[in-house]
Amino acid sequence: MSEDTVSRSVTDMDESIAVPRSNGELQFDAPWQARAFGLAVALNEEGAYPWADFSGQLSEIIALGERSGEPEAYYEQWLRTIETLAMEKGLISESELVAKMTTVAAEDDHSHDDDHHHP
Amino acid sequence: MSEIHVNTDAALRTKALEALLVEKGLVSSEAIDRVVKEFEEDIGPMRGAQVVAKAWVDLDFRKRLLEDGQSAISEFGFMERPDTELVVVENTDEVHNVVVCTLCSCYPWAVLGLPPTWYKSYAYRARVVREPRKVLKEFGLELPESVEVRVWDSNSDLRYMVLPVRPDGTDHLDEASLASLVTRDSMIGVTRL
Repeated sequence: MSEDTVSRSVTDMDESIAVPRSNGELQFDAPWQARAFGLAVALNEEGAYPWADFSGQLSEIIALGERSGEPEAYYEQWLRTIETLAMEKGLISESELVAKMTTVAAEDDHSHDDDHHHP
Repeated sequence: MSEIHVNTDAALRTKALEALLVEKGLVSSEAIDRVVKEFEEDIGPMRGAQVVAKAWVDLDFRKRLLEDGQSAISEFGFMERPDTELVVVENTDEVHNVVVCTLCSCYPWAVLGLPPTWYKSYAYRARVVREPRKVLKEFGLELPESVEVRVWDSNSDLRYMVLPVRPDGTDHLDEASLASLVTRDSMIGVTRL
């Protein structure tokens, strides 16, 4: 029952590293935050890492910086957790990630700046 | 500039990270969509609301729910942790129930989703036991002296959910419309419907 196990992992995270909520619902201030949230949980579901590894890494990153109740700062730390973990586990390398960022940034620019059609 | 820059940067990093991991076959974009949807829509107080609405219209279900909450909600396909018990306590005109976890923040997540921040606050945990009527009043609920207030303290083996009183004038409503009336706070017991 991976769905239930994962849901519990997310809902049971210690308050010091818990996901920002508003009235019991998840709180995202920008689409990328929801995306980063889903990415971490989906990776765990697919067996890329145990949830304890993720929450442990997140806890370390939050401890190094500052605990903020704001989704923006929190998901920035959350995103760094995925990056760190993915590299530590050898799933991706830093150079691959940097190269991908350049490609994605170029695609974004391209789709904004040109005047021909995209599907 | 830094504000926008940080924003853009995080969005870009997320996009690149997802693209790279998808490319490597470690995750799929569909799986991410599904997780986000589940957390935003399915896992939350709506499940509890469905349970309450069914208990209002189906007396046999209501009986099963009050006898053994865990097994009754499993009819909906969700459950609390296997080693915990879900106790559903029924509000009536004479009795009002309210749930707390004085030690930490035990919460019936399967039916109510993520707990509100105040539920975990020291103020709520400490005060609702000592002065429940006063705390309820702060939530906007004033109960006559004739109504008995019962406070239920959750722990890791035992989770509570309140079955609110069905509001008057809802005889014509079907189960789905009834469910939409049920709020999370009413199932914690800090409000009535």
